[in-house]
Amino acid sequence: MGFFDKLKEKLTKTKQTIIEKIEAIVPVGKKIDETTIEEIEEILISSDVGIKATEQITELLKKRVKEGALKDYNDLKLLLRDELYKILEDNTSLNLSNKPSVILVVGVNGVGKTTTIGKLGHKFVSKGKSVVFAASDTFRAAAIEQLEIWANRVGADLIKHKSGADPAAVAFDALEHAKSKNKDIVIVDTAGRLHTKFPLMEELKKISRVMKKSIPESPHETLLILDATTGQNAIRQAALFNEALGLTGIVVTKLDGTAKGGVIFAVKKEIGIPIKLIGIGEGVDDLKEFNPKEFVDALFD
Amino acid sequence: MFEALSDKLEAIFKKLKGKGILKEEDVDVALKEIRIALLEADVNFKVVKSFIDRVRQKSIGKEILESLSPAQQVIKIVYDELCELLGGSSAKIQLSPNPPTVIMMVGLHGSGKTTTSAKLARIFKKEGRRPMLVAADLQRPAAIEQLITLGKQIDVPVFHSFDLKDPRKLCQEALKKAKIDRMDPVIVDTAGRMHVDEELMQELQYVKEILNPNEVLFVADAMTGQDAVNIAKSFNDKIGIDGIILTKMDGDARGGAALSIKEVTGKPIKLIGVGEKLDALEEFYPDRIAKRILGMGDVLSLIEQAQKAFDQKEAEKLKEKIEKEDFTFDDLKEQIRKMRKMGPLENILSMLPGANKLLKDIKIDEKEFVKVEAIINSMTLEERKNPKIINASRRIRIAKGSGTTVTDVNRLIKQFNEMKKMMKKFKHGKGFKLPKIFPF
Repeated sequence: MGFFDKLKEKLTKTKQTIIEKIEAIVPVGKKIDETTIEEIEEILISSDVGIKATEQITELLKKRVKEGALKDYNDLKLLLRDELYKILEDNTSLNLSNKPSVILVVGVNGVGKTTTIGKLGHKFVSKGKSVVFAASDTFRAAAIEQLEIWANRVGADLIKHKSGADPAAVAFDALEHAKSKNKDIVIVDTAGRLHTKFPLMEELKKISRVMKKSIPESPHETLLILDATTGQNAIRQAALFNEALGLTGIVVTKLDGTAKGGVIFAVKKEIGIPIKLIGIGEGVDDLKEFNPKEFVDALFD
Repeated sequence: MFEALSDKLEAIFKKLKGKGILKEEDVDVALKEIRIALLEADVNFKVVKSFIDRVRQKSIGKEILESLSPAQQVIKIVYDELCELLGGSSAKIQLSPNPPTVIMMVGLHGSGKTTTSAKLARIFKKEGRRPMLVAADLQRPAAIEQLITLGKQIDVPVFHSFDLKDPRKLCQEALKKAKIDRMDPVIVDTAGRMHVDEELMQELQYVKEILNPNEVLFVADAMTGQDAVNIAKSFNDKIGIDGIILTKMDGDARGGAALSIKEVTGKPIKLIGVGEKLDALEEFYPDRIAKRILGMGDVLSLIEQAQKAFDQKEAEKLKEKIEKEDFTFDDLKEQIRKMRKMGPLENILSMLPGANKLLKDIKIDEKEFVKVEAIINSMTLEERKNPKIINASRRIRIAKGSGTTVTDVNRLIKQFNEMKKMMKKFKHGKGFKLPKIFPF
């Protein structure tokens, strides 16, 4: 099964909420009026698309209806597809051009940081890259053990200190290790933290600062992990983590379970950080590069 | 937690307050804003719809027009509806008359089941019971180790096995062990799973059959969006839940999930997680949270937490000290220690009415308290009792001893003196303002 098919299969749930609901209220050939647009607004909101993005889309729909450009469901579908795609286009992939390339992984509690790092490590190792994991989540009970299991599973080096150690020091050691052993990629795991906790966000800044002492231009990628089940708070998370660290990309996890992919549109629209990867299942291979075209197409086909 | 929503509603009702008579169009303007606020707060859109309809029906018409303060009545209607939506009254965890009580924790990945299990065990332990934790999450790497570590921190035994691969078998053994050791209650941490994963949901159903739990608690992330309703409904339909625990309520998520889950499942929200520390699990009071949404503050929770930290005798002693004006640095240290026992300061302050706005720009660093304690610890007993003797050279010594600067020491002494002045006023009944001992 190709990636496209798999994504389509995994996204059936998303497709059902956005597209099939729209099909249900606007059968092919039915005339579009104000109520239809109101209903579409509701559907987009209920898919966690976010009020700003939704209003922008519905305003445009209204304008087009007035102009007489939208006659039936097919027109509407095409326009919606265009609009959704426009929000997501201009994405970039991971920057791995340095040696070592350093990826800092951050996010709130329970979004799947460690699991994503495991999957990401697997992806790189299977492409023949040498990978180092830095166990900088020294706070949560057994977080180091969890990353260690992943390191063994995928064949990555693990740099760890004791639980409760300075996370910045762990990251620094991992970078030094990668430099001296000529490794390709370092991925730094951090403790989950709510973006509203000032001292914890300061701690993250410190990790990033200390990493620069080993490799001045690191981290080359700072990835925020977002849980797709999260609602509008995802926008706050992206905004505050971006403010603190300067994010280079977003990874959306748990897209296989939730019926909504709407969070992607809202975050991209309002913060403008590219979505680089998506997690679409529990398997080790279920972390995929984010392709906006395929993502939107999969919603519509 | 609901700050943003309360701010919005406050602004809306400020507009309403200005007008003498409440007209239908005014209500509609307010309701439109409330609708957007609720949707932005991730309240499920269906729940929003019925909520708005109910408030509109109750707002427009006689009831309001006859009233002297229409705005107040609208606020009350919104508040009452919110209370009803949130659950009516507080619901405690049911303990079985035939021990052990078995509590089963279920939910999605990353909702906080393991941490919450430990927090729950800690509460039972504090009540003098003999809780046992069961590490039945055999999926996630190091989930067992995580629960063992947490169990050690709260001194609660964790039943686990690194060999068993079937959670059913593990649960059977756990129940046997609990009966032999007379452990009660038994809290079972299960693996996180997607509500759409038929196979794993089936497995959970089997585990439930074996455990025959008194309570199945659904652990949900307060940041969950519109889908909260579907997830909760799936768990309720497929497994059957008895109550809900909302986690990560200490963030700035507007927590609409709290509003919708109850409405859709009909099951009460029993507890809320408000921090990473193991004591950060609180009872859920719908009325208090509704008040919080409306910006009325959560004074009741605050008082309750204060009661937990300060016992009556000590409070009397403190009062006496204040009256005799012999409040010392030792007493201050004791007060700070107790305040910190009440939980993270941000949480405490967020319960005060009107604190929303204040708190927006204030960064609270708990480490400042450590500094204050260190400074006091570096003082001699005499200095603590009689701060007047702290001259320049003593200040330098104290700063060195506590690893702080003379400026820090000076500031603390100044604040302490201000506090004493304030207490004098308090004693003479001239009104009481919060003394500025806080380092921000």
